Amino acid sequence: MKCSQFLTELNDFLDGSLDQKLKAELSEHLTWCHNCYIVCNTTKKTIEIYRENKIYELPDTLRAKLHDAIVTKCKSSKPTPES
Amino acid sequence: MGTIQTNVTTGDTSEELALIQSAREGDIAAFEQLIRKYDRNVFRIAQHITQNREDAEDVVQDAFLKAYQNLKQFQGNSKFYTWLVRIAVNEALMKLRKRKSSKTVSMDEDVETEDGSVPREVADWSPNPEQQYRQAELSEILEKTIQGLPMGFRTVFMLRDVEGLSTEETAETLGLSVPAVKSRLLRARLQLRERLNRYFKKKKNNDGDQSK
Ligand SMILES: [Zn+2]
Repeated sequence: MKCSQFLTELNDFLDGSLDQKLKAELSEHLTWCHNCYIVCNTTKKTIEIYRENKIYELPDTLRAKLHDAIVTKCKSSKPTPES
Repeated sequence: MGTIQTNVTTGDTSEELALIQSAREGDIAAFEQLIRKYDRNVFRIAQHITQNREDAEDVVQDAFLKAYQNLKQFQGNSKFYTWLVRIAVNEALMKLRKRKSSKTVSMDEDVETEDGSVPREVADWSPNPEQQYRQAELSEILEKTIQGLPMGFRTVFMLRDVEGLSTEETAETLGLSVPAVKSRLLRARLQLRERLNRYFKKKKNNDGDQSK
């Protein structure tokens, strides 16, 4: 397997959605290709960091303000009638 | 090497379906519970797309109002969360279009050549690289980094990897094909990785050389 092919399959490899045979081939590539090993590891880490450290958290004060605004708008609006 | 676990906690429970039913009949308290459940997600999505706090606030309000008004159109054949996200994405794109009045903004605008996916710099990271930074610094790094990506890339990454939608749901939400979502996701992941190198890579010595 070539590095370019490894990269093509990287998504599915990280998501665990490959069949066993292809997964084994990719794992084998990682045992000797240091570059792909690092790319794979750091890409996985990238996803984890973004998942675990959620950016753009909604502050509580803003949250309360938005809730009030939404509820007020909903109260003065009529649901669209069934078509 | 382990795989990434996606924990999707957004399947429609019977409890949620009951709330939707009550809200449909005009029960605003029931709808408020749905707001409470998903407002953080909608706000994040709006921020990611518009990259503007005021716009994001508007999008949250408009998206929930639109959802409320159109609850009768919600068919149980997709998840409520996915349906809501689709409304939010549309509202956010509309905001963007208003800002960039003349230019049309669409998910297809930033299709690039295929070579965005070839890693240029391969550098190993220090173990637990995020722990080198305080939480506020880390958030700033993560925001700055993802903001540099084309809108279509960062939106796919955010929906798929951060909000936990499946590839199919992401495609449906954005009006893209499954292969288009996959190719954007790969490029988004690799580009983010590359951009984070400068913050997370192992230092060869301790003098903090910034010349590179
Ligand atoms: Zn390789």
